[in-house]
Amino acid sequence: MSEESVNDTQTREYITVRIGPQLFGLQILDVHDVFNPENMTPVPMSRPELAGVLNLRGRIVTAIDMRRRLGLGDRDDDTSPMAVGIDHSGESYGLLIDEVGEVLSLADNSIEANPANLDPRWAEVSLGVQRLDGRLLVILDVSKILRFAGEALAA
Amino acid sequence: MDDLLSEFLTETHESLDVVDVQLVQFEADPNDASILDNVFRLVHTIKGTCGFLGLPRLEALAHSGETLMGKYRDGAPVTKSGVSLILKSIDRIKDILGDLAATGTEPEGSDEDLISALDEISAQADTGGAAAAEDVTADDAAPQPEAAGGGDEEPLPLQIVERELKPGEVSLDDLERAFQEADGPGEFEVPDAAAWVNEISNEGEGSPDGADTDADVAAKDDAVSPAAEAPPPASEPAKPEKAAKPAPQKKPAEEGARNEPVATTQSIRVNVDTLEHLITMVSELVLTRNQLLEIARRHEESEFKVPLQRLSNVTAELQEGVMKTRMQPIGNAWQKLPRIVRDLANELGKDIELEMIGAETELDRQVLELIKDPLTHMVRNSADHGLEDSAGREAAGKSKKGIIRLSAYHEGGHINIEIADDGRGINAEKLKSKIVEKGLASEVELDKMTEAQIQRFIFHPGFSMAAKVTNVSGRGVGMDVVKTNIDLIGGSIDLKSVLGEGTTFVIKIPLTLAIVSALIVECAGQRFAIPQLAVVELVRAQANSEHRIERIKDTPVLRLRNKLLPLVGMRAILGLADGAEPSEEDAETGFIVVTRVGGQTFGIVVDGVFHTEEIVVKPMSSLLRDITVFSGNTILGDGSVIMIIDPNGITRAISADIATEVEEHDGKADVDARDREDTTALLVFRAGSEDPKAVPLSLVTRLEEIDITKIERADGRDLVQYRGQLMPLVFLNDEVERREAGGQPMLVFSDMGRSMGLAIDEIVDIVEDRLAIEVSSAKPGIVGTSVIKERATEVVDVAHYLPMAFPDWFTRKDPGLHKGNRILLVDDSPFFREMLEPVLRSAGYDLVICDNGRTALNELEREGAAFDAVISDIEMPEMDGFRLAESINAHPRLRDLPIVALSSHTDREYIERGRRAGFYDFVAKFDRQGLLAALDDLKDEPVIREQAA
Repeated sequence: MSEESVNDTQTREYITVRIGPQLFGLQILDVHDVFNPENMTPVPMSRPELAGVLNLRGRIVTAIDMRRRLGLGDRDDDTSPMAVGIDHSGESYGLLIDEVGEVLSLADNSIEANPANLDPRWAEVSLGVQRLDGRLLVILDVSKILRFAGEALAA
Repeated sequence: MDDLLSEFLTETHESLDVVDVQLVQFEADPNDASILDNVFRLVHTIKGTCGFLGLPRLEALAHSGETLMGKYRDGAPVTKSGVSLILKSIDRIKDILGDLAATGTEPEGSDEDLISALDEISAQADTGGAAAAEDVTADDAAPQPEAAGGGDEEPLPLQIVERELKPGEVSLDDLERAFQEADGPGEFEVPDAAAWVNEISNEGEGSPDGADTDADVAAKDDAVSPAAEAPPPASEPAKPEKAAKPAPQKKPAEEGARNEPVATTQSIRVNVDTLEHLITMVSELVLTRNQLLEIARRHEESEFKVPLQRLSNVTAELQEGVMKTRMQPIGNAWQKLPRIVRDLANELGKDIELEMIGAETELDRQVLELIKDPLTHMVRNSADHGLEDSAGREAAGKSKKGIIRLSAYHEGGHINIEIADDGRGINAEKLKSKIVEKGLASEVELDKMTEAQIQRFIFHPGFSMAAKVTNVSGRGVGMDVVKTNIDLIGGSIDLKSVLGEGTTFVIKIPLTLAIVSALIVECAGQRFAIPQLAVVELVRAQANSEHRIERIKDTPVLRLRNKLLPLVGMRAILGLADGAEPSEEDAETGFIVVTRVGGQTFGIVVDGVFHTEEIVVKPMSSLLRDITVFSGNTILGDGSVIMIIDPNGITRAISADIATEVEEHDGKADVDARDREDTTALLVFRAGSEDPKAVPLSLVTRLEEIDITKIERADGRDLVQYRGQLMPLVFLNDEVERREAGGQPMLVFSDMGRSMGLAIDEIVDIVEDRLAIEVSSAKPGIVGTSVIKERATEVVDVAHYLPMAFPDWFTRKDPGLHKGNRILLVDDSPFFREMLEPVLRSAGYDLVICDNGRTALNELEREGAAFDAVISDIEMPEMDGFRLAESINAHPRLRDLPIVALSSHTDREYIERGRRAGFYDFVAKFDRQGLLAALDDLKDEPVIREQAA
């Protein structure tokens, strides 16, 4: 368990990832592994955010293009994405991101609520914002990222 | 105790199923002592166990049943009523067991009715010495030894068990001996019994009756016998009074243990979850093996080759072995059927024989569970609806006994199950009226269908063939539920029925759901798997070959063995068309996967076909589950993930447009114009000039391009030999280009076995649009001009051309028949009026035409007006068809006047509303033949119209 008590405040470890220009944080407990997505099979008729399915050591992983999920432009063709592997309700997902950064330990009480004027697409998946030196880190909620299945049914 | 109880329930259910089957056999052959002994044993065991577990109600009932069977065994004559009563008792026992399973206690209630009836029959039967011995009360602590003791003068009959003995089981012979040698009630020792109970409780899987324990023989030797001989280590204090009872039963267990190897095959019970896990792991192993092989294939000289080959073989064997653990003979699903059929036969007063062939055919237990209910339902159906009663059979010149034949056999990776009866068959005519009545299709549509297509309607939701609702079947849920269940497991169902000879249902299901054989195809650079079960054949289409893809504008079709097979592009279905547009040449080539799903055949056009592969179906991510064209995904040998196509999903995806067209294309072109409101499917073509011309597509039978060399001239006319007939050709006008070479495009119209070709220059398109004649024409052959797809288009009057080919086209239908019949035709559309007028007049009807309901009513109400029928459109200004019909029905003088509706709607509610309003019949617009037939029906008894060739 990475949760520990330091000076009466809870801290958690986050893995930082870059998606487009923005730095995001994912709770390290949610992250299974980080891998190079290879040999991805696009799935026809699926929602645009679903980049496809791929085989990760015998498991079928559904890849989600985080740029599209967050409404950022598609990445240049000459760069290849990285993937963060997560498990959610028994299924494996890979979040396609641009770059994986360091692991940070952040105190719970240092994370600020989402600014009211944050893009609703971001606010929907964000747990809050952490101020770092000269940069802002948006904390992502994995279960909310995957929740768009419900929206699709409603639509 | 709970373990013990649940084990008891499982065992008893199994025993009861066997009893059911055997009793039915016994009834058929009362002289077969071995069957009776078997049944007797099973019931006896149940009774004993019930006593042991303290279930007095069950015990008393089983006891009475056993008593009666004891009489039979001693030679009393076997009566049908007696067997029925025993079967009834077994049903009651099952009910009680059901409650027991649900609540853990025996339900309240009395079985006095059955017990007294059983006892009465027992008393009637000639009693032997056994009767007195059997006469023990249910409360007796140990009735078994006495019961067995009663029969101990008899020689031991040879016992036969249907299945092989499990380890730990004792043969029935041994059991019988044990019962006979058993100590009397006074001699048993409590500690031994307690030890035995303890042993069983600890193991949690021993069966109290000792006949079916699952501990293997070794365990018995080691545990049971010593436990019985030595003082018990720790007797369960909670159960001394229970323990007292089974004392005599301990003996058979010991007996079995002493008698060395009683079992020839050894088996252990394994939790299903464990097996499932094993299968998953083997599936993974298979995938990994495939990947390794793929890699090895790329490296010619590899030292891994040999060990890899070995690994591959071992894996294959392992896979086979593990899959085998899930396999069960289909006979398990059939076990209950003899009893069901017997009861049905009694209930329905029919004489039915159930033949079961191939009961040993094995299939996956998961699949087995899923088809159990559908199969039962279908056998009931066959017994209830399929077979006639004895009198009916004799009248039809058949043997009195109806036969239901259930057979199963393997074919490829599938299992085929057939349920055949030699009954009355499906009456397509009866079915038709039912279909129309239920509003599932119009008569006109039905006329165009083959008998097989009509028969398939019984799979339609909410369709039940039972003329009357019996308590056997006919509750409105029926074959559609069966079909849904079979679809669910990726199977298909079809039927063949010959009137008067019987009906055969054929179910085709995969052997297993976990691993399927699939065809790997390519489309737009991606690979997909199509389950082999749905694939009928592969056709390679190439330009200028026998098999080429032809297009009617955007609708691709393939000529395959004289039939037009509708094609769907995989690109289109999967929305992959965004890639490079296929060139003209590509559009005519490609691989066609001919697919058949539940009676519907269509071709899927793919770019390439690789091979078939055994794939492990893996469920799709929940984010993808809404895509119905896929049923799952899998990992191929090369490690890539591909999607598995669901043929049922494809049918659904295309059924909206092509599927209906599909079925009829080889017979009659009848595009579902009627399904759409207001719009009509129109064939747009060019003839003579650049201006587009159109004709309602539903009037056209086929579109052809006939080789110019095949056009012959005779009697001053152009003729072509077409489908074994001479078909006259008419050029639409003089400007139509008479081609010198190649093919001449033409529209073929067929009616009553005759065809005519209308030669044109070019087929342009098939469009759906409103057909409204805005400018009528004086030119012969042209009805008028309509705006179709934003272009002024001449609408061709087909009725003008037909007599040019056959002058008697309209008149040959016995005009004399209708001479003088006056008909009021009501339609607001000049086009339809113009189209129908010559049809009706040439059929000999006298015609008055109105353009809306109001004027029609005025016309009818006019003094002295006499009409024989009204043909009315529904949607009209001023007064629509419904209101017209209601007014006519409300009118004292006109009440009996038949009204036929012309409609483009065929949905059920609409037709229902029309019927309520008072319409006699519904005919689709454009369906001249249907209209004439409907008018015929008005005069005569409803006649069965033969389908025109």
